[in-house]
Amino acid sequence: MSKTIHEINTKIKKGEAVVLTAEEMIDVVASKGSKQAAREVDVVTTGTFGPMCSSGIYVNVGHTKPTMKLGGGKTTLNDVPVHTGLAAVDIYLGCTSLPDDDPRNKVYPGKFPYGGGHVIEKFVSGKDIKLVGTSYGTDCYPRRKLETWINIQDVNEAVLFNPRNAYQNYNVAVNLSDENIYTYMGVLKPNLGNANYCSAGQLSPLLNDPLYKTIGIGTKIFLGGGIGYIVWQGTQHNPSAKRKGNQVPCVPAGTLAVIGDLKQMKPEWLVGTSMLGYGVTLTVGIGIPIPILNEEIAQFTAVKDEDIFAQVVDYSESYPQGIPASLAEVTYAQLKSGKITLQGKEVPTASLSSYPKAVEIAEDLKKWIQEKRSFLTESAVPLPGPESGLTCKSLKEKTLT
Amino acid sequence: MISKRIVLRFPPRLVEQPIISRLVKEYNLEFNILKAYVTPKEEGLLVLELMGEEEDCEKGIDYLSKIGLNIQPISQDVVRNEEKCTHCGVCVTVCPVGALVVDPKTRKILFHNDKCIVCELCVPACPPRAMEIHF
Repeated sequence: MSKTIHEINTKIKKGEAVVLTAEEMIDVVASKGSKQAAREVDVVTTGTFGPMCSSGIYVNVGHTKPTMKLGGGKTTLNDVPVHTGLAAVDIYLGCTSLPDDDPRNKVYPGKFPYGGGHVIEKFVSGKDIKLVGTSYGTDCYPRRKLETWINIQDVNEAVLFNPRNAYQNYNVAVNLSDENIYTYMGVLKPNLGNANYCSAGQLSPLLNDPLYKTIGIGTKIFLGGGIGYIVWQGTQHNPSAKRKGNQVPCVPAGTLAVIGDLKQMKPEWLVGTSMLGYGVTLTVGIGIPIPILNEEIAQFTAVKDEDIFAQVVDYSESYPQGIPASLAEVTYAQLKSGKITLQGKEVPTASLSSYPKAVEIAEDLKKWIQEKRSFLTESAVPLPGPESGLTCKSLKEKTLT
Repeated sequence: MISKRIVLRFPPRLVEQPIISRLVKEYNLEFNILKAYVTPKEEGLLVLELMGEEEDCEKGIDYLSKIGLNIQPISQDVVRNEEKCTHCGVCVTVCPVGALVVDPKTRKILFHNDKCIVCELCVPACPPRAMEIHF
């Protein structure tokens, strides 16, 4: 037996749809089986809340009088440089951007107290942001200098546009060296002092739809506390990655490019984040509803932490040297137990992705659908799956002559 | 038997005196030094766990304050900004004494002030910078 998205939307409209979170779906499939669960459940909601570096906003600040071309000049928001390689008053602020006077890692490990991610959080919260721009002046855009406060309410467009979010699985990071290292996976203590992971596991969107059967281009999602859409596969999308029998990848695999109107998002779901010795990023909240169209999809959404595997990678040597090597394979159930055993040693684990916040997102999305505030979308085009042969390549460097 | 964690700040004139050994000899207390340093201006800071009978602890702390030490209960020093904490949990392996732990049921991060030794390792390691030092 199978359903269509249209049928599910009709049920949502009538207030008859059965909506569960991916956590709740586990028990339903365990007790009733996937066939019965597919009949009874219409939508399963997922969620994830973790640092996602490939995130940023574009803003059209509105034209000045006389006119000025920020494009090609230099502009900062709260002293954080933005990209001005666009039209006159369109700017893009990436979340990892840093103020010119930040000492970076000159005083090691750098603290990175403020950057693009923090500006985005502040802008979303409705606070005024200081824009300073200089440019070269043209006949049509004569003005060369601009200093002003801008506010999200006043700008023409403010759009969150993230080229890569919601990684389908990720590495577990450890340190085999005998000194602390400071990474985007957090502080890693020497000699396997800790193991850091970053995935919501059984609640994570792409782990609940491992073959991208329902999540595709055009899918409406929870993004930063508001509504967003998937616009493309994310950068480094790697559907050909190694998978287990349940089709769930056991290495980093699929990714999403997402977009949404920043004006309806909330600062608690777009949090400026500082990684000691690494830099600034943005912790993004994403939730995706999965329509339970058939038994196969019901089974996919019942995936449990103990069925999802991740690779333990040394960030002191193999990761920075680009040598693919896994020290061990562990499940998210093991990671969430607080310790894993590596090379005969008990290693405490920590998460960078907030599971309680992922639960909150899945619950919020569930409520939106139950209250008929959000419906499901048919994806316009599916994401490239394993059959596409698409892989993520390293850079082939060529000597300059 | 009780145990108390305190932060002691020594003015320069007291740095060279055998104060802690008097706590052992005269007040019958056991101690565990959690953190200690002397600043360039020779003020001392000592984070101490005292163990003994409640009455002895009180008398010992009374003695310390009478000779001119500044005493603070330790939990006043590191505070979690609840609005900023996202409960990611990256702090739990950074904390050397288990003051930051995952609640296995809710997976939220619990901060046990009474266990904190104010080593401050969590402060820069917290991604949303929710751990703050309050004096």
